[in-house]
Amino acid sequence: MEHPLAPEALTELNVYPLGDAAVVLEFGDHINRLTQRHIQDYTAYLDQHPFPGFVEYVPAFTTLTVYYDPWVVSQQGTQSPYHTVVTYLTEMRLHVKDSPEKPGTKTVEIPVCYGGKYGPDLEYVANLHGIKPKEVIELHTQTTYLVYMIGFAPGFPYLGGMSPDIAAPRKDKPRAKVPAGSVGIAGKQTGVYPIQSPGGWQLIGRTPLQLFNPHRDQPSLLQAGDMIRFVAITEKQFEKKRGAANGH
Amino acid sequence: MGIKIISSGLLTTIQDIGRYGYQKEGIIVSGPMDAFALRVANLLVGNEEGAAAIEITFLGPKILFDSDHLIAITGGDLSPTINGEKVKMDRPVFVPQGSLLQFGAPGLGSRAYLAVSGSFTLPKVLGSYATFLRAEVGGFKGRALQAGDFLPTADPTVIGEMLLTNLLKKTTRSNWAQASWTPMFPLFPRLERSPTLRVIKGPEYALFTPASQQAFWEQEFTVTTDSDRMGYRLQGAPLLLEEPKEMISSAVTFGTIQVPPEGHPIALLADHQTTGGYPRIGQVITADFSKLAQVPLGQKIRFQEISLPEAQQLFIQQEKTIQEIKRAIGYKVKF
Repeated sequence: MEHPLAPEALTELNVYPLGDAAVVLEFGDHINRLTQRHIQDYTAYLDQHPFPGFVEYVPAFTTLTVYYDPWVVSQQGTQSPYHTVVTYLTEMRLHVKDSPEKPGTKTVEIPVCYGGKYGPDLEYVANLHGIKPKEVIELHTQTTYLVYMIGFAPGFPYLGGMSPDIAAPRKDKPRAKVPAGSVGIAGKQTGVYPIQSPGGWQLIGRTPLQLFNPHRDQPSLLQAGDMIRFVAITEKQFEKKRGAANGH
Repeated sequence: MGIKIISSGLLTTIQDIGRYGYQKEGIIVSGPMDAFALRVANLLVGNEEGAAAIEITFLGPKILFDSDHLIAITGGDLSPTINGEKVKMDRPVFVPQGSLLQFGAPGLGSRAYLAVSGSFTLPKVLGSYATFLRAEVGGFKGRALQAGDFLPTADPTVIGEMLLTNLLKKTTRSNWAQASWTPMFPLFPRLERSPTLRVIKGPEYALFTPASQQAFWEQEFTVTTDSDRMGYRLQGAPLLLEEPKEMISSAVTFGTIQVPPEGHPIALLADHQTTGGYPRIGQVITADFSKLAQVPLGQKIRFQEISLPEAQQLFIQQEKTIQEIKRAIGYKVKF
């Protein structure tokens, strides 16, 4: 998944519409940190310099989708709204390169109670690779992961960098209810379910942290570009932290 | 002041124009399935066009008015009655305290919008009143309305009061009454049982086989009954790719028609996920969202190609229609 040296990510820019009110900027077709950083620079610039008619954006692995209001944009000039926005976004690109270095990326520690009732599939993942559950936990906690994008559900992080030695296929039959905070593995990916939802990932643990809280200023704990580390905690610590998170 | 839900109906939720600005955090826009109808309902009672209103799905609720109210019902015709008498759609209606609003057999369309002058006094979550059911956020306690719920309302707006004064010139305060006029303009979306929806080719259109591309435009699709506010699942001859493609997840939006490997398209709607990884064969244009949202489950739809510049012209014309409706209501208040 990693292509640390992919300078083409910075030069390749493919622009296409997503319907009549959004445009997609596609930066190559490789998932890598350089592309990720470039998309982040773009969004930071767009935060500072929104154009008239700008609505919002969605950064993903290799794309930045920008939503706009064609009615508002149409009042800016004689070109079609799509062309007005594309002109703005491609010209903006020249400035993005010059944008000053942003403050260091934040690293978020995510405490996880592995195995037992909170990680019913930990044994399965261990058996799959012929290692001990303890080693799965070691491999899962030794990496610093990059949040490539947030999608699927509120605050759900798509992480890069998991060790292939603990990769595991999705369950044949998804669980109807995966509890909020569940930490799972699907193929070479790992992630955390922010809200209760159906899901087919192998669950190896659970975090007491609230990844999504609509009453916070920033409802999602994680943003694209953040780094995270999983830290193993005991069941007792889990209960204590969860109590604190719930305000008890 | 407020309204009381006596029975819930199939799916009755509070929606406003939608929750924008948080899709980057995975939080969907939600909002109305038929935004045009919600905006018109609000304008007809003197509200801001994006204010909170009630979205009613197919089988409507029973609602008791705890106080005098000016209301309007727009969108799909779900046969509304007040105290047993038929109510006309798309116009201001006065309902005195103690009135009972009910819905009957669904006619054309499948979603109605009920706006109350002054709107509801509920807490905003992330800048919006829209109900996001899966995350239990917004609206009334983050859920669909249930029997026994009481929705507090604010005082009618100034324009609402003026519309009401006009309406009451011909009746007494004890009888319910409806305006004799309705704002009809050429571009008011006309509902059809089996509509043809205009579609822009999607980013992955070219990856489908020529036969599937042809079938996309030529065949009828049935909207299956396992559809919901997230998306319509469409049944027809399967649409297949020339060769399998592992896509990198990227944004999807209202109207995106994505095709999972088994070949049956899904047209995404108000509660669509923020990102997806299936090939996008097409995109229903914004000006046809009302028609799309109003198709009853089990009915058939067709797709017709349109260019992006044409779609954006239609978008602009629809916004102009909203402006015309606003102006027309302004005249009603003045004269």
